[in-house]
Amino acid sequence: MWMSKRLGAVALATMLAVSACSGGGDGKAAAADPNAKVTLSYGVWDANQKPVMETLATEFTKTHPNITVQVQLTPWADYWTKLKAAVTGGAAPDVFWMNGPNFQLYASNKVIAPMPGDADLSVYPKPLTDLYTFEGKPYGLPKDMDTVAVWYNKKLFDAKKLPYPKDDWTWADFTDTAAKLSDPAKGVYGTAAQLGSFQEYQYDTIAQAGGYVISPDGKKSGYSDPKTIAGLKFWTDLIENKSSPDLKTMTDTTPIQLFEAGKIAMYWGGSWNVSEFTANSYTKGKVDVAPLPRGEKQATIIHGVANVVSTKTSHPDQAWEFVRYLGSKQAAEILGQKGPIPAYDGTQTAWVKAHPELKLQTFLDSVSYAVPFPVSKNTAAWNEAELTYLTKAWTGQEPIDKAATELAQAMDTLLAKE
Amino acid sequence: MTTTMTPPHRSATAGARRGAERGGWRRGRAPRRGRGPSRRKEALWGYAFIAPTGLGIAVFYLWPVLQTAYFSLTEWGAFGGHTWTGLDNYRRLSSDPEVGRALVNTLTYTGLGLLSIPLAIGFAVLLNRKGMRFVGFYRTLFFLPVVTMPVAIAMVWRWLYNGDYGLINYLLSLIGIDGPNWVADPATALYALVVVGVWSSVGYNLIIFLAGLQAIPKEYYEAAAIDGAGPFRQFFSVTLPLLSPTAFFVSVVSVIGSLQLFDLVYVMAGSGAGARANPAFPRLETVVQLFYDRAFVTNDRGYAAAIVMMLLLVIVVLTAVQFRFQKRWVHYA
Repeated sequence: MWMSKRLGAVALATMLAVSACSGGGDGKAAAADPNAKVTLSYGVWDANQKPVMETLATEFTKTHPNITVQVQLTPWADYWTKLKAAVTGGAAPDVFWMNGPNFQLYASNKVIAPMPGDADLSVYPKPLTDLYTFEGKPYGLPKDMDTVAVWYNKKLFDAKKLPYPKDDWTWADFTDTAAKLSDPAKGVYGTAAQLGSFQEYQYDTIAQAGGYVISPDGKKSGYSDPKTIAGLKFWTDLIENKSSPDLKTMTDTTPIQLFEAGKIAMYWGGSWNVSEFTANSYTKGKVDVAPLPRGEKQATIIHGVANVVSTKTSHPDQAWEFVRYLGSKQAAEILGQKGPIPAYDGTQTAWVKAHPELKLQTFLDSVSYAVPFPVSKNTAAWNEAELTYLTKAWTGQEPIDKAATELAQAMDTLLAKE
Repeated sequence: MTTTMTPPHRSATAGARRGAERGGWRRGRAPRRGRGPSRRKEALWGYAFIAPTGLGIAVFYLWPVLQTAYFSLTEWGAFGGHTWTGLDNYRRLSSDPEVGRALVNTLTYTGLGLLSIPLAIGFAVLLNRKGMRFVGFYRTLFFLPVVTMPVAIAMVWRWLYNGDYGLINYLLSLIGIDGPNWVADPATALYALVVVGVWSSVGYNLIIFLAGLQAIPKEYYEAAAIDGAGPFRQFFSVTLPLLSPTAFFVSVVSVIGSLQLFDLVYVMAGSGAGARANPAFPRLETVVQLFYDRAFVTNDRGYAAAIVMMLLLVIVVLTAVQFRFQKRWVHYA
């Protein structure tokens, strides 16, 4: 009796020890085991979208109970600086937002991984999937998209008894309207020829004039092309005619601040401005959207954020699973309720219906004639040159064709170094 | 506080007693072990005590400096990985017009920034007067900018300086002056920046000068008064010379600080790449701003390393020059 009791205790202890060991073994195999608990970090830069991203993360965990996603917000101003430091130090988030200008830099340096397996890319606009393709391979799934249009202040139009912009208006119509809306003595201008955010300004008019920023192979600058220069001159003329504030004024008070103070009648902005202009106490109810005016042709810049996966992630399978979920129709529908325009085809109705008082369909209609965002491997280098050289023309210090030609030379030198 | 309250003769005796005990400790061991080893031991303990700080400096300051020096001889992209290029970065540095203008701007800012020294001396003397009321309040007031974040300061001043809606131009408009776009106009931008820099550093310098003023023995003023010197004569013949060591310290520290100017420009000129859309940017660009753009914006880190090595050299030279010329104007009492 005594012996058997003792034997039983030994047996029990052995069993416990064995099970404890196997338990330890489970822990070690966490990376490979698909059922292990995993936490993914997800880097984003937009504070407005953080709640939606958290909702998506929670939804994802519902169907993937073993994967938790932590949304890490870094404000736009520091996002890329911090990300580069994190990558160098081996601490990049597992999944993070990528934009067009930075994509090739990250892909060519193998910081982000090409997508494993097949993905149906046809459900996203082609200029977007092209933007995130490097050396023939897709590197992520587009999350959202944005296009550019003219936001106009109806109150200022009414005050001058001017009709609202028509869908088929031209550069000449725009320039005329801007001149009529301007009252420089009162500090009111028809539009603002912003310098510093080319996506909504220079790139659009360059495309509308039939010019180009960078050659399709990414080797040559298009800034010395006469058509490109025409696209830039559109803006410098507006400043010269006092239909736009001068650069000094726009430096002190940004065009969006001026627009929200009722000092600018027509603001070239993106679909991302919807949440801003429907929340701002001044612009709320006073503004609407019109397509960009037609130059030699109709054009708008399309851009969108993509979700990409770090090459250094310790959970690549789970990370891609999450990216696939974010690129799915289901996720796009959640995003469209309360965020930017989802990139997934056919999920945009919720986004348009969210604000029936605005002609938001304009942004979607323009996708048909949208042109891709100009990028190369080190986009930031020539983006800086654009500002350095074009500032001289924007202040009137140099004629635009001279400044643009100098810019083209500087940009070619920078492209040659890539 | 307590030590200054102790009558001098008592603290002197206390010191003598401590000295005797120390001597006794030495004497007790000296015959057996000899002076040499004990001294070495003492030195060893000394090193042991400074080791934590020393290690920190070596790891977080010296090592990065050496690394930067090395990287300045390489081409280094956005995410590490570098190739040796020898002196290429320095050759490029010498012919880069942006480096030249950034240096000129930085040196101008540094030179004008020294204005905060006479200002701080002036305020310190005023705040040090006998019978002054609310001294604590005024000192707090002057010190406030020092404890405020530079970015917050820059944001507020950016609005004060706004050409159309700024408070400064509003006040000017009351007396019929149409003020410029202070930080967007190449003619005024740098000076507008200097005003903010001086304004935010006066408080710190003031505190140091107050300490310097309080270290000047009262007897000198009494003697000067007996000799018939008025307040101005006393200021120029007693206060100023005896304050010169403090002024020297402040000048060295503020020159080094000004040469590294970045945050004010980064925020006031417009954030990030937007600063380059400011028409006054060529007059605002500083060496550290240029370094930041090369290192973190255009992914040209080897060149950025060369830029900061150049800045290091400028700082070393300017500090050495100041030490050399201090003999001409600094009086140690």
